[in-house]
Formats: sequence, structure tokens, C-alpha cells
Amino acid sequence: MKAPPFAYARARNLAEVFELLERHGDNAKILAGGQSLMPALNMRLSSPELLIDISRLQEHAGVQVKDGHVHIGALTTHAAIGESADLRKHLPLLADAVEHIAHPAIRNCGTFGGSLAMADPAAEWPACCVVLDAQIMLASKSGTRRVAAQDFFQGLYATALQPNEVITEVVIPIPGAGYRHAFLELARRRGDYAIVGVAAMAKISGTSISDLRLVYLGASEKPVPALETSQLFVLKGFSESALKEAQQTLAGELDPAADLYSSVATKLHLAQVLTARVMKQLAA
Amino acid sequence: MDTIIETTLTINGESVTRRIPVRQNLVDFLREEIGLTGTHIGCEHGVCGACTVRVDGKIVRGCLMLAVQADGRNVETIEGLSDSGEIADLQDAFHKRNALQCGFCTPGMLLTVQDLALQNPQATREQIREHISGNYCRCTGYQAIVDAVETTLIARNSKA
Repeated sequence: MKAPPFAYARARNLAEVFELLERHGDNAKILAGGQSLMPALNMRLSSPELLIDISRLQEHAGVQVKDGHVHIGALTTHAAIGESADLRKHLPLLADAVEHIAHPAIRNCGTFGGSLAMADPAAEWPACCVVLDAQIMLASKSGTRRVAAQDFFQGLYATALQPNEVITEVVIPIPGAGYRHAFLELARRRGDYAIVGVAAMAKISGTSISDLRLVYLGASEKPVPALETSQLFVLKGFSESALKEAQQTLAGELDPAADLYSSVATKLHLAQVLTARVMKQLAA
Repeated sequence: MDTIIETTLTINGESVTRRIPVRQNLVDFLREEIGLTGTHIGCEHGVCGACTVRVDGKIVRGCLMLAVQADGRNVETIEGLSDSGEIADLQDAFHKRNALQCGFCTPGMLLTVQDLALQNPQATREQIREHISGNYCRCTGYQAIVDAVETTLIARNSKA
């Protein structure tokens, strides 16, 4: 179908964005990369009065490394994240996750900030941000505040973002020496929405694991850190018996919704399978 | 805050200025206003890849971009790539390998595989499949498309 009628404003700076948000509130939608918003409009799932196009505010795109942190501009595209040598070096988890995001033509437009604001439960970036302890910078007319990724995602497509705010940047601490990471996802076809996935990192020295973080996507309404499961591996290590026990614990920590193709039982089983694979990868 | 915006963009090397309704997507604009019907429109929600065009050198979904967003940008369609001869060898290989039947997906497929050829001339069959994962073909089963792309890459590399 075609999008319903709307008005359009191309913002030249953030001040214009704030002013338009102030005036139109919930009736306005921010257009960043458009790779989720435009399908929603074309399918008439959404009918805003106004689109505020922020895609030309390129001062909010790009990756910078400062004081032990990586700063990712909200308008950085998925493709640019995949191509960034700084991210490959400091946060390889993100570079690994890019391969699972849709297809090349979509990665050229879709943005990091847009994906976070959308908060799709099957999306890769929200889970990565939670596992990496990211801080999300939200700007409005009255200033900027930072929200931890863990608190930013509140439910199904629901975030801490207020109607007068936009995401400007994400700040991620660079993990110290000895940290390993892994990102795994299962989808029906390459680039499709994840059935279930996991973003993981841990500090490994010899056979001991510490600070293990397993965050699942597609396994609830928002990214889920499996805290008890992680703790169990930290206490008991990588053994087969620990894995069996952890898989049982995991089933109690996730709350996936059935969809057209996968039942709750299938999703839980697949999450357990991914857990075995991701732990193997971390240990390798 | 307009519903019609005067927009100037370059289409296949030619500068074009039109007053465009803001809700019109780039493919509908190219097809209906400009008469370039080589770019196809299928699903209208970014899944099928039939609408793939190049904007400032990068492939994008034409159905997920508003035409007014192309203001000041350089848009290239299958007509442009075809006329310039840039993909003549690919087109020839598609023909020889029967890499199309109905042809609906072919313009988007050609734009996408040329994008791969420019980025990664040594691409493996697996990488070819990955790059075209967002372009649906309901006729060929993809095998012949991958054959055609592989043949072209090998031929280009042996010339280079």
C-alpha cells in the first residue's frame, strides 16, 4: 500500500527538531533511516501528521573513541558500524552483530539510534547495548540526559524516550583486557527477523569465567539479561553438567511470545541451543 | 511542514526539478513522474528488493525512501547502469545462464550484485548469496543467478 498523507519537515538542526516536537508532540514522528518507519507507514500501521526528517543532521553520525569510551552518533548507519575500524578493534561484538541485520540496501540507510528508538524485541542493537552497558543520550529543548540501556528499554516497542526527546548519541565503555564476546542469532532466512538470539561477553582467564553477561533478543518484550544463568556458569564453569543446569535455569528467565512460525517451546529450545553454542565460543 | 516540496535531484546524470508530494516514495516518482519503469515495485515494505536503486553510490530500497529525501542527491537506476555499459557483462551473463525468467526481480538483482562486485570483486558463492539475500526471485531458485555473478566476477578479475 501507499503511506497515508502526512506533512514533512526536513530539520536543519536539533533546535528545529525540538521546536517541531514541542508543537506536534505525539502526532509527529522522527524519520531517521526510515527502514522501520516507512514500512509501518506503507502498511498503514501508523499515521502521523508530521514526519520530522533528521537524516541530514550528519553531525550526529559517526564513531569516535574518547577517554576509554566509544561514542556512536545516533545517525550512524548499520553499514557504517560494520565498516568502522575503531569498532572492529574496540567493540567487535557490534561488528559481528551487523551481519545479522537485514540486507545490504537496508543497512545503508537504517540507523543505530533509529533501531534503539524503535525497540523491536527481535532487534540486534538493543541487546548489544544492554550487554555492553551502553549509555543512551537523550536530548530535548531543556537539555541532555543519559539513560542506561538496561533502563531505556521498557517493554514492547516502549522506551524511556519522551515525546519531546531524540536520541543523539550512545556512549559505550571499552571492555578491559581479557574480555571476550560472541553474538549468535537464529532466523528462518539470512537477514530475516531473529527467532531468538544472544549477545554475550565475559572475562575469561584460563578456565575461569567472570562478569559473564548473556542478553537474549526475541526472547521477551525487550532484551533480557539472563542473570541467574550467567551466575551459574561463573560458579560452575563450562562443564557439560553446568550447561544442562544452566539451560534449565534459562527457561525460567525468558518469556518469549509465540509467533506464526515458532511456538514458545521452540523458542525456548532454540535459546538453550544458542546458549550451548555461545558458551563454547566464549571458551574457545 | 509542507505536503508538496520542490525538489532537485540528479537522475542518471541529468538534473531534474519537480514539485513532489511528500508522501510519494522514490520508486513511484521514478516510474510515474519520470517514466523510468525499469525500477520495479513489489512488496512496498522493504522485503523483496525489486525497487533497489543507487543513491550517492549506495544501494537503497526505493520504496523506503521518500522522493523528497533525494533532494540534492545522485540517483542511478537500472536504465542508467544499463545505458552506460557499466553492467553490460553482468547482463550478458544473466542472459547466457538463464538467470531470469519473468524478469521482475532482475533490475534490483543487477543493482545489488554490481554493488557486491564493486565492494568485493573476489566474492565467494556464499558471499554472493549473502549479498542477494534481500532480493527475492520466484523463478530461478537463485542457482543460475549465483552462477552468472560468479562467472562475471571471474571474467572481470582475469581482465584486471
